[in-house]
Amino acid sequence: MTAALRIRAAGPGVTVQDAGRRGLLRFGVTPAGPMDEGAFAAATLAAGAPSGAAIEVSLGGVELEAEGAAIGLALAGGVFDARLDGRALPAACVVRLAAGAKLSLRAGPSGAWCYVAIFGRIDLAPVLGSLATHVRTGLGGLHGRCLRAGDVLPIADLREAPAEPMALDALWLARETAPLRVLLGPQDDYFTAPAIDALLCANWRLSPRSDRMAYRLDGPRLEHAKGHDIVSDGVAFGAIQVPGDGAPLVLMADRQPTGGYPKIAHVIGADLGALAQTRPGEGLRFRQITWEEAVAARRARGEAIAAGPRLALLAQGELSSEALLSANLVGGAVSATQDRDMD
Amino acid sequence: MLYAQPRCLDAGEAALSVEFGDSVDPAINARVLMLDAALREAPLEGVVETVPTYRALMIHYDPLTLSRAALVAHIDARAPSAGAGFEPKARWIVPCCYDPALAEDIETLAQALRLTPERVAALHAGADYRAYMYGFAPGWCYLGGLPGALAIPRRASPRGPTPPGAVLIGGGLSLIATNPMPTGWYVAGRTPERLFALGRDPPFLIDPGDAVRFEPIGRGHFEELDARAAKGEIVARREPLV
Repeated sequence: MTAALRIRAAGPGVTVQDAGRRGLLRFGVTPAGPMDEGAFAAATLAAGAPSGAAIEVSLGGVELEAEGAAIGLALAGGVFDARLDGRALPAACVVRLAAGAKLSLRAGPSGAWCYVAIFGRIDLAPVLGSLATHVRTGLGGLHGRCLRAGDVLPIADLREAPAEPMALDALWLARETAPLRVLLGPQDDYFTAPAIDALLCANWRLSPRSDRMAYRLDGPRLEHAKGHDIVSDGVAFGAIQVPGDGAPLVLMADRQPTGGYPKIAHVIGADLGALAQTRPGEGLRFRQITWEEAVAARRARGEAIAAGPRLALLAQGELSSEALLSANLVGGAVSATQDRDMD
Repeated sequence: MLYAQPRCLDAGEAALSVEFGDSVDPAINARVLMLDAALREAPLEGVVETVPTYRALMIHYDPLTLSRAALVAHIDARAPSAGAGFEPKARWIVPCCYDPALAEDIETLAQALRLTPERVAALHAGADYRAYMYGFAPGWCYLGGLPGALAIPRRASPRGPTPPGAVLIGGGLSLIATNPMPTGWYVAGRTPERLFALGRDPPFLIDPGDAVRFEPIGRGHFEELDARAAKGEIVARREPLV
């Protein structure tokens, strides 16, 4: 029997994602890819599949079962309630699922997305060079749609995973509550000075009408100085676009490659993960920085990710401890008995 | 209006929008396409992807590999001179059926424009277009060059989903669509060609900047070409121009 992951249950919005569909923006193709690229990198690096695909788990949660073989998994992202056959796991960890074992992931104390990378390869055919699922156009992943109960993901090229669960320690997964850093523009001149002030000073709240395409922000209306229509131009991840109703939305992984509303600012690359992990109803704020600061932040984050996540053995009895759920292991608070660097 | 100098505007720290003007205009778009072609012909390390649109070229790049200053200097050195013209690499002859049974809105359109449906079809098929850009969804190709007599504002509220391969008119432009979607544009015709087909090599046919002409076909011919296109055959014709 070939190895596979069976989806026993899946909430809405659980998809297969790889780093994204590149090179086809010019033909109107949405890149898709992970909402939180840093968490995705932590999971795929820990599973030894840095260019591979992972399951992106939404707040709807998922339950997986290993079929045909033991399958190693690496979990990273928001602080979800992760369980191996009912026993609590650290929210970021590496775990080996024996054939027939079940992993469940449910929304936990914080965060909106969690990645399940595989010590092996999700054996689906790439579409336009990528496994990234884009549901609106039905491209990639499994039949271009969200995963649901009964789906089976074939797993090829299995690699050995640690026999015992290990906590995954990646500093860049630490929950970030500082204001999200932004660069103004390119169309900040389409807004009044009070609108720019409001963007940078208001306490925003993430709207429940947010999804992989756009995060909508509830708060003050941002007033346009010269209309809300621009000649359509290119759109980047993190663009804060303000349509006619004055309610800003941040364009995320499933953004269209082009758009026709003015973009007042962009969330910098280093803070897109923190933004992605914000839940509907949670507050967020913005802070303006310079281009040089944005690049320095990008460099620091890139270097941290390149250094790789660290694995730590769990102390005796820790696996079943409910206390694991309340402790934020992601920040490295695990009582490690042994550390080793990931290569 | 064409700017005297292109404006390089940051879209975050990893994308630069190079604006050549502030309107939908063939001369402005030509400059976008010329810079796009220059960056594709001599790729610059650190440029990830370029996206031509009506009046701006979006350059996605890695600022850790390529500094903004170096990118801007590269752009300045390659920005086309004022007199330079854009030469398309190819012309596509795209079959299009204007029969009202398939061109669902051609009668409405004719009424609004005070023309006959036959005249709308003749004007649309008699024009030379340029693929300005793609947008909205895979294979949605926006065309400049619509005759002024066919310019019409978009509908106040969208019509229902378009048929596949809809050839649309709206807001002074024409558009070849792929998948059915509600739209504020008018369905002036239908092409059997698939501007996007998974599994076909290549999946996309028309490059941004290519010249496009429509060739009127009857319903019978449409059905025949549609059946061939459904099997993966390319039924539009590409004529190299350089």
